[in-house]
Order: sequence, then structure tokens, then C-alpha cells
Amino acid sequence: MVKFIKRCYVYLIFVFLYMPIVVLMAYSFNDSRSRGTWGGFTLKWYVELFQDRTIMTSLYYTLLIGVSSALIATIIGTIAAIGIHNSRGLKKKMLMNITYIPVLNPDIVTAISLMILFVFAKVRLGFLTLLLAHITFNIPYVILSVLPKLRQLNIHLYEAALDLGATPTQAFWKVIIPEIMPGIVTGMLLAFTLSIDDFVISFFTTGSGVSTLSITAYSMARRGINPKINALSTIMFVSVLVLLVIVNLRQEMEQKKERGKKNGTKKQNRSYSPEFDNL
Amino acid sequence: MKKSSSMIPYLIWMALFIIIPMLLVVYYAFTVKTPEGITWSLDNFARFFEPIYLKVLWRSLALALGSTLICLLLGYPVAMIMAGNAFTRKNVVMLLFVIPMWMNFLLRTYAWLAILERNGFLNVLLTSLGLPRLNILYTNTAVVLGMVYNFLPFMVLPIYSVLSKIDKGVIEAAGDLGANPVQVFTRVIFPLSLPGVISGITMVFMPALTTFVISRLLGGGQFTLIGNLIEQQFLVVADWGFGSAISMVMIIFILLSMAIMSFFEGEDKEKTLW
Repeated sequence: MVKFIKRCYVYLIFVFLYMPIVVLMAYSFNDSRSRGTWGGFTLKWYVELFQDRTIMTSLYYTLLIGVSSALIATIIGTIAAIGIHNSRGLKKKMLMNITYIPVLNPDIVTAISLMILFVFAKVRLGFLTLLLAHITFNIPYVILSVLPKLRQLNIHLYEAALDLGATPTQAFWKVIIPEIMPGIVTGMLLAFTLSIDDFVISFFTTGSGVSTLSITAYSMARRGINPKINALSTIMFVSVLVLLVIVNLRQEMEQKKERGKKNGTKKQNRSYSPEFDNL
Repeated sequence: MKKSSSMIPYLIWMALFIIIPMLLVVYYAFTVKTPEGITWSLDNFARFFEPIYLKVLWRSLALALGSTLICLLLGYPVAMIMAGNAFTRKNVVMLLFVIPMWMNFLLRTYAWLAILERNGFLNVLLTSLGLPRLNILYTNTAVVLGMVYNFLPFMVLPIYSVLSKIDKGVIEAAGDLGANPVQVFTRVIFPLSLPGVISGITMVFMPALTTFVISRLLGGGQFTLIGNLIEQQFLVVADWGFGSAISMVMIIFILLSMAIMSFFEGEDKEKTLW
């Protein structure tokens, strides 16, 4: 009985969490423009969505910024994580604190400080500033994804590679990088997701002509409900779900592979904590 | 792997895009433009203490505290139930809980527009049940609702991760030693979960205090929170000095809540995001 009440409570919370999304999805297929009434099933909002030049341009910029900022942040972040991992004492503490600044700062403060910088340095607000801003707020998340993997790394592995005749470069690329790869991939996916999800920082650091989906949706939503945004939300939610399924399958496959490989040896603690992965 | 030169790109990047911008915020906050040129002054901070701006600060604090409290009251039981044995497939339940967080923050907030507006889903539902309509869009209630909806997972996840690590033996021992269920909760479980509660509170309170999207979309154009005030200073009236001063006040609030958090967390240092 107690168990039943407990379950019901969690289900109620789920209703609260999913209801807006479901309602939005349902309205995206509603033929009537006024939300109160159901005018029958239609796909016309989807057709209109894909014919909307503004939305399609924003989609292009969102994906372009997402992919390129994730890639650059992953490169800088991975190198930085290795550096932080190898530093000690006060230096390490200072580096970690710098890393945490963008994570802990409210988005709006990061956003206005970057905007001040760009205007101060007379960089025209637009694609470049948007990209720089996204890389900046993405780097810490890559570092925080790679660091746990580095902590798990066996320190003697690198030395063993050197003893067996690998050059430092070879040891780095053939031993260290493959070992921390799961962390790097997690960081990159996280960076991509955060970049796509961001609104506040993009809003302040972009200029005329360049806008992301979030910015376009915001300016449309300020004018009230628009069925095209409902359709857009549905597509975005479904694509995120698909992405999530792929990530989870990839993880499961990797864990299976790992189990096969490490059969008999001490089971290693994978760094995938569910909280972090599903951020 | 030991080369310290590998840090150089990162250090340059962070200096350029994190440290220098922060210093610029400080610079603008402490200077005013006068006809004679730029002088150091505390005017921007003094302006913040004008009644209309103090009112904005109090309203932001009240709404943020209110939604943090609601998140705690709603979220703690969820975390406890999930950490317990009510569900056999815990991973799936956990996944279901975080999936909505993957949807764009802006669109999640926008979804509530469709529900709360005058002819929206909620009112259609109410009228079909023969109940009176509710007009809560563009009120405090709507803003708090939006905050709770967006930030609830931030409360549940840290509490859940602390609760699921508690040694079950400790709870059994308390029972064996004669504590009733209420005592077990107040004297054992809750104190042990305090680090999670504190980090949950910080993770809800900070974004709730600084949001300007939720208040703008669900509170309407006239609704001003501290985040909206900053946005206006930079994008509408172009008063960077005042905007920077408000941002600095916000940073002070954040630093304070972080200090409180690390005081409670103590030795649990090697944590990542939560």
C-alpha cells in the first residue's frame, strides 16, 4: 500500500513534467489556430515550418555553432584536463577554480561580461562572437567529463608504454587517449547539447542576421503562441530522444565490450554515473 | 604528458574570455561617465538602493526562495522514493525523470504559455469539467510555476545521489536501537542527506534568482526581476555601469551561497557537477 502511494506520487510528478511537452506536441498537429478547440489532424504547421526561411537559417546556425564549438572545446578541454590532472597543489586549485567560474556564474553574468568584452574590443557581434562564447562556456564541461577518466587511469600504463619503446608522443596517442576516450566523447556530446540548449549567452553575444533556434523561438514566443514553434519543439524533442537512445546504446555496447575484454580481471569502475550522463 | 606548455592555450583562452570580461564588469561597475571623462565612483551601486530597484531585488529573492522551497518539498520525497525500493527498474525511472531536461529550456517554458493562456489547455480542461476558469498567466504564480518546472530536477538529482549512497545498515541500526520511523528520518536520514539538500538548494536558487526568460514569457512584458533589469540595462537603455553593478551584486549573492554550500559539504571535495 505504501509502495503504491509512493509510486503514484512519482507518477504525478511525471505527469507534471511531461504534460507541457505532450500538450505542445498535440497542438502541433492541431488544424485550428486557436488552441482551445481541436480542428482535426494536420501536418500543415510542419510544412510551414520548413518553408520558413528565418527558422531554417537559425537551424543551420544552431547546428554549425553546436558542432564547431563542441569540437574546438573538446580539443582545448582535453588538453587542459591533462594539464590540470598533472599539476599539483596551489596551481591545481587555481586551475580548478578558473574552470568552475563559467559553470557557477549565472548565465546572464557570463553573457554580459562577454558582450562587454566584444564591444570593448570592437569585435562586430555576429557569428564569430557567438562561436567564441559557446566554446568558452563549453570548455569547463569537457574538462569536468575528462578529469574523472584521468583519475581512473593507471599511472604506470604510460611508463610501461615508454619502457616498451614507445616515444612520448606514441604513448600519448596510443595509450592515454584511447583510455580516456569515453570521457572525451561524453564531454563532446555534453558540449554539443549545451550549445544547442543555450539561449541567454547567445542572446547577448550575437549580432543582427545571425540567430540560433532558441533566439528565433524567443522572439516568436514573445508575440504569443505560434503553431510553428509547437512543430519545432516536437521535432527538437524527438531528435533529442533519438540522440539519447543512441548514446545509451553506445554505452551499453561499450560496457559489454569492456566486460568481455576484462573477463577475470578486477572489474573497473566505469565513470558513467547516470546523473552526469543524462545532464 | 608531463609538458606544462600544454596548459598555455587553455590559460590564454580563459584569461581572454573569462578573467578579462569579469574585470571589465568590475571596471564598468565602479566608473561613471561624466562630461570631464571617466571617473571612479560608487554611484552605480548607490542607485541600486533606490526604492524601485530594491523592490525588484526583494521580488526576485522572494520568488526564487519560494520556488526553491516548493522544489525542496516536492523533490525530496521523489528523491527518497527513487532511492528506496518502490521501483524495480530504477535506471528507467531516473531516465524518465531527466528526459524533459533535454528539451530546450526556452521551449519548455514556452510550453506553459500554451497551457496557461486564456484559451489554453488548462482552461479548456477546467470548463469541460464545469469548473471556473483560472487566469494565472502573467502573474507571480505563473512565474513560480515556470521556475519549479524548469529547476525541479536540479533539486531531485543531488538529493537522490546522496540518499542512494547512505549505508542501509545505519538506517536499520537506528530502527534496532528503538527509533520510530519519524525519528529515523529526522535524526538519521535527513542529516545525512544534508549535503545533497544544500547543493540542490543552491542549484535551484541561483538560476531562479537570475532568470529573465521565465519572467519575460510567463510574467509578461511588465514583469521585472533582477535578470530582466540587467537585460534592460544592456540591451535597451545601454547603461553598462548600472548593469555591471547589478551583475556584481548577483555575483556576491552567488559567492555567498557557494560559501554556505562548501561549509556544509566539508570534505566531500572531489565532486563534479553535483
